[in-house]
Amino acid sequence: MTKLLEWLLGVSFVGIAWGLVTFDLLDLQLPSVCKEVAWPIPVYLLVVFGCYSLATVGYRVATFNDCEDAAKELQAQIKEAKEDLKQKGLKM
Amino acid sequence: KVGLERRRSSRTRRGDKYSVLLPTYNERENLPLIIWLLVKYFGDSGYDFEIIVIDDGSPDGTLQVAEQLQKIYGEDRILLRPRAKKLGLGTAYIHGIQHATGNFVIIMDADLSHHPKFIPRFIEKQKEGGYDLVSGTRYRGDGGVYGWDLRRKLISRGANFLTQVLLRPGASDLTGSFRLYKKEVLERLVERCVSKGYVFQMEMIVRARQLGYSVGEVPISFVDRVYGESKLGGNEIVSFVKGLLTLFATT
Repeated sequence: MTKLLEWLLGVSFVGIAWGLVTFDLLDLQLPSVCKEVAWPIPVYLLVVFGCYSLATVGYRVATFNDCEDAAKELQAQIKEAKEDLKQKGLKM
Repeated sequence: KVGLERRRSSRTRRGDKYSVLLPTYNERENLPLIIWLLVKYFGDSGYDFEIIVIDDGSPDGTLQVAEQLQKIYGEDRILLRPRAKKLGLGTAYIHGIQHATGNFVIIMDADLSHHPKFIPRFIEKQKEGGYDLVSGTRYRGDGGVYGWDLRRKLISRGANFLTQVLLRPGASDLTGSFRLYKKEVLERLVERCVSKGYVFQMEMIVRARQLGYSVGEVPISFVDRVYGESKLGGNEIVSFVKGLLTLFATT
């Protein structure tokens, strides 16, 4: 099953459950509290996901390692390499 | 020849040999340096290796420099398998694998953004878990990047987040191209992958998961010396998103 199909399946499942509760499609005579709570859940989920995404990406950008030492080490090794290669006869 | 022999005999248990594929295009300046570093770190660690340079008809004389390096380090260490013109990365891997005598293949960039010092760590990680492939990650552990501004970091993390949500790939860095593969695994994967560019590397990992291969990770540092000249533009972002959505819908 492709990821797209998995998502569609998951969304359908949640959508049907939501529809059943909110619109009382099975005629279960649920207390109105249930319906009132269920009704805005999809929007809540989207908002929560949106906030989670922003927070996660923001955190990851802020903590993205800057490899200063790696860059310095590379510069030093480049010098060393050029010297060594010249000695070995490389014409650059 | 250089003193590569000293520790080779003590480390080649089971006869593992590592073939490094270096596709090059206009890398006259960097090629000697990357090869020097590869020889140094393989020499120090004692693992058996060869470097396969796949030059796509570089007009700047990369192949001539490669020939000089071959004289210095030996034809059993540096193999030249050039091509007439610039063809894709996937075909470069296929071409390289055909001439590889190792049982493991390492793919990396030749522009010094990937540092050979991580290769012994890839090898050890692979041995530790028996992984079919080991991927270098910039996003976990002490992995990271040098030379990126805020915009570039934001795009990178944002794109990676989107990829994680949509594909749930079980690997933290999908667009990275510094990896160690078992040779037969790389062969099978390259056959099946159809995308180009960044998405090709992503597809390799996604297909690896599909085929049940195990993926290990090693944090790496990526030193971008090219970013200032070639900014990540709108076109690349659009084609990335298209590629991601295609993978989402087809895998």
